[in-house]
Amino acid sequence: MAAVPPPAARALEGEPLSAAAIEARLDEHLDLVLSSRRTAAGPARELAAFSRAEQELVLRWVAVLAAAHAELAYQFASLAPRALRLMDEAGVEAWVRQAMDTYDSAGLYPAVAALREVEAFAERARARAAGLALEEVAGVLERYVRGLGGRPLKVEAGEAPWTDTETLHLPPVLGVLGDREGNFRLYKAMAVCLWAQCWFGTWRAPLLARLREAGAEAAALYAALEALRLEARLARALPGARRELDTLAAALAVAPWPEPWPEAARRLAAPEATAADSLELALAWAGRVALPPPRPWEGPPRPEAVAAVLEARLERERRSLRRELAALAEEQRGAVPDPVRLEAAPFTLERIEDPAAPEGFTFRLELDGQPIEPPEEVRGLLTSIVQDLGEIPEEYLVPAGPGEYDAGAQPAGRDPRDVWKGMYHEEGAHLHDEWDYRRGHYRKRWCVLRELDVHPVRDGFVERTLRRHRGLVASLRRTFEALRGEDRLLRRQPEGEEVDIDALVEAYADAATGQEMTDRLFVRKRREERNIAVLFMVDMSGSTKGWINDAEREALVLLCESLETLGDRYAIYGFSGMTRKRCELYRIKRFDEPYSDEVRARISGIRPQDYTRMGVAIRHLTGMLREVEARTKLLVTLSDGKPDDFDGYRGTYGIEDTRMALVEARREGIHPFCITIDREARDYLPHLYGPANYVVVDEVRKLPFKVSDVYRKLTS
Amino acid sequence: MEPGIVTGQTLRPEEYFVETEPYYEPVGDEIEVFEAAWRNQLPVLLKGPTGCGKTRFMEHMAWRLKRPLITVSCHDDLTASDLVGRFLVAGGETVWVDGPLARAVRCGGICYLDEIVEARKDTTVVIHPLADDRRVLPMEKRGELLKAPPEFCLAISYNPGYQSVLKDLKQSTRQRFVALEFDYPEPELERRIVEKETGIEPELAERLVKFAHMTRNLKGSGLDEGASTRLLVQAAKLIVSGIPPVAACRAAVAQALTDDPEMLAAIHELSASLF
Ligand SMILES: Nc1ncnc2c1ncn2[C@@H]1O[C@H](COP(=O)(O)OP(=O)(O)OP(=O)(O)O)[C@@H](O)[C@H]1O
Ligand SMILES: [Mg+2]
Repeated sequence: MAAVPPPAARALEGEPLSAAAIEARLDEHLDLVLSSRRTAAGPARELAAFSRAEQELVLRWVAVLAAAHAELAYQFASLAPRALRLMDEAGVEAWVRQAMDTYDSAGLYPAVAALREVEAFAERARARAAGLALEEVAGVLERYVRGLGGRPLKVEAGEAPWTDTETLHLPPVLGVLGDREGNFRLYKAMAVCLWAQCWFGTWRAPLLARLREAGAEAAALYAALEALRLEARLARALPGARRELDTLAAALAVAPWPEPWPEAARRLAAPEATAADSLELALAWAGRVALPPPRPWEGPPRPEAVAAVLEARLERERRSLRRELAALAEEQRGAVPDPVRLEAAPFTLERIEDPAAPEGFTFRLELDGQPIEPPEEVRGLLTSIVQDLGEIPEEYLVPAGPGEYDAGAQPAGRDPRDVWKGMYHEEGAHLHDEWDYRRGHYRKRWCVLRELDVHPVRDGFVERTLRRHRGLVASLRRTFEALRGEDRLLRRQPEGEEVDIDALVEAYADAATGQEMTDRLFVRKRREERNIAVLFMVDMSGSTKGWINDAEREALVLLCESLETLGDRYAIYGFSGMTRKRCELYRIKRFDEPYSDEVRARISGIRPQDYTRMGVAIRHLTGMLREVEARTKLLVTLSDGKPDDFDGYRGTYGIEDTRMALVEARREGIHPFCITIDREARDYLPHLYGPANYVVVDEVRKLPFKVSDVYRKLTS
Repeated sequence: MEPGIVTGQTLRPEEYFVETEPYYEPVGDEIEVFEAAWRNQLPVLLKGPTGCGKTRFMEHMAWRLKRPLITVSCHDDLTASDLVGRFLVAGGETVWVDGPLARAVRCGGICYLDEIVEARKDTTVVIHPLADDRRVLPMEKRGELLKAPPEFCLAISYNPGYQSVLKDLKQSTRQRFVALEFDYPEPELERRIVEKETGIEPELAERLVKFAHMTRNLKGSGLDEGASTRLLVQAAKLIVSGIPPVAACRAAVAQALTDDPEMLAAIHELSASLF
């Protein structure tokens, strides 16, 4: 890199600067962060060894970074020599730009940390140049495995391919095969094999317990044997995917495994072979058979990680299923579930043969002996539970009784009673009822709610967002304009641009038959008034901290742009609080307020607060919408989780109160809708909002786009 | 020309008779329920996603009950007089011309209003009196009420999957109808439908149905709807004409479902894994 350029070039670009000259120029920009003990002499000395072009590159970026933050510029100057030795100039620039982006989105310390990871960055850049980054294909892979069926699986970066049965961990970059297409095939092979583990029963709960006792060697043998069994299953279920594995093996010159593996493969290829057979073999082979080298799409299994995830899920899903079944029974029988009748286990499962299912059968749910079509979320739960257990135990089918709600553990270290001290006086606050499903009636004037203002922050967030999403903003404007700009031909108008021939003929006919002739004889072009008022209710609970909060704020910026184009009336409120005595609604934009600089600064100033007591917020905003004149009224909630508050407002209690608040809103002619990023939302949202009135956004980074998109679909 | 479709004013009701049995595989008890509703002069609401066999079912029922079928695809410019009729002028004389709904009432046929929520709100004014026990069609322009004969049947369709709050069926409308819920058939049945409609090999039909289920798994995770039976039938037709399955799935299914490049890629990989 620092090789001396040929004389001609040197003349063109100038002699390298001396250490003293560099130090003088660095001082200009870094003044603010330098002191007698911290000078620019060190970096200047090192930079003196580089070419003039490289020196100028560094000095240019120091100036740029210093405009943002002098400390960032200093760190860059110190690390630049190392970076120049690792990467070419384009690489160094990419590294700085990444740090700049980090600074924009997360601030100084993360940005400095990003700079310090110069080795890792250079490594990734090298691999990326030759191969394919996971982030480029994660979206496709997630959808692909989602389509294959079963429990949804996330895709995340890890070292070697493995899964905990909820996430597929795949290498961040693949460069094994020469081209992008080849590397994509390899990613896909990893994904389909890990999916097959989850779908075809490698990680069944009963097997897992035995596997963990058997030790690491047996576990590794088990994984290799399972790979053989799953290859055979793939050949039957997804022949195309199996062919791709074979093509990959040929391309990567994968050597066939020695005996006794082929013999085992034949046994495990039998249609009736199960994971239990693999386990028996692994136990028998431990200490006797050597482990073959893993295929490039396979990684070491992690039974411990699987066990942790599985245990938590079994408990969670058992609870969700029983709650769903209780709701289903109530809905189907049109009555509140009666604990005595529930004793009689109203739900049963009939096995139905289905050669496509991993076990060769699926289930049909029956209520009181009558087959019923379970709602989507129940079906999802049943599928997931069968994936874990191979069956649905009877106790899972007992609907949750009315008393069974989980109080949950109170967060430690804080006494909810503290918030009763001092700062509370209820004047000036709004009192709202709350629904207690256990008692079956409202707790009167139970919640104390205050409207507060979001403290406006002018830190360039809105401008940055608009800049970053420039393309998206433009396309949103176009789509929303199209929505607004639909000129409609209004027929039979008393006045207008053109004669309405149909109307004229009819009028003529009317006159001829002796009836009165109408004067509505014209066609007029007019924009259909969109008489819509929408209120956005934004989750400001503590759990939105970090990128969710960023995504929410970005979503609001884009949404406001879209709504301004459209001209619909809108308001935005944040909600949070702690305990019923301190429920808070944060004004971000009122209905009667224009989208002003102040509003933008408030969006930028949205910060995570405490908890999510949803019911009271919905009731208060319902009251607000009641006052607005509009043909269509919408209440859109942007949330990241279940209703949850400090003083027992969780589990069934919180859900039932929220549901009741939504029922009240609907009674007022308001359409509630929910956009959430909670992946478990399918367990409870249908119960709250009804089947078609919510959207789960799988990726936080898509939220900014999704919110506007959902709104468009909702109102066109 | 397809039976029961109004394309002009020239067909006469007797020509809307469905002569040969339209192929229809019952999914549940919908045939019996429809017949019972018809005998009791009750109107019927067909609910269900696009392409799941609602139109085909109506054709089949028209054939089975030997009644003419008149289908109207509703759109946002469709007014009450488009359904009822209007006066026209011919050679200086005014002539009344029945709309499709009036014609169906007169000949005791089946009138199928497809996607009723798309129509203008004023159409409900003429549907409501027809759909309750009065069973009359108000013909305001003529100052008449047209009484429906017992054989007349009103059927409407509605896709509850739409999320638009502006396109919801009003309670006062939906509560007048006997509702039949349609959904995509069970795998075995859907396979048979694809096979019978196209003559495709059973093995391929089965894979196509599997493919449809994969896309239906994606509903709500980036797709608004999974592949309908209709799309499967279309893909199967392409395959029968010699298009390789993966290409047929891309053209007839993936591209019809989405424009999102990541989603298209994922769906393509699904079919490539399956065939
Ligand atoms: N039960 C069935 N029996 C026979 N064919 C069926 C059945 N269900 C679907 N099909 C096939 O699917 C195709 C599409 O069905 P159809 O046109 O009736 O859908 P639809 O429900 O009316 O859809 P849309 O709501 O979009 O109008 C039919 O042409 C037929 O090939
Ligand atoms: Mg149809």
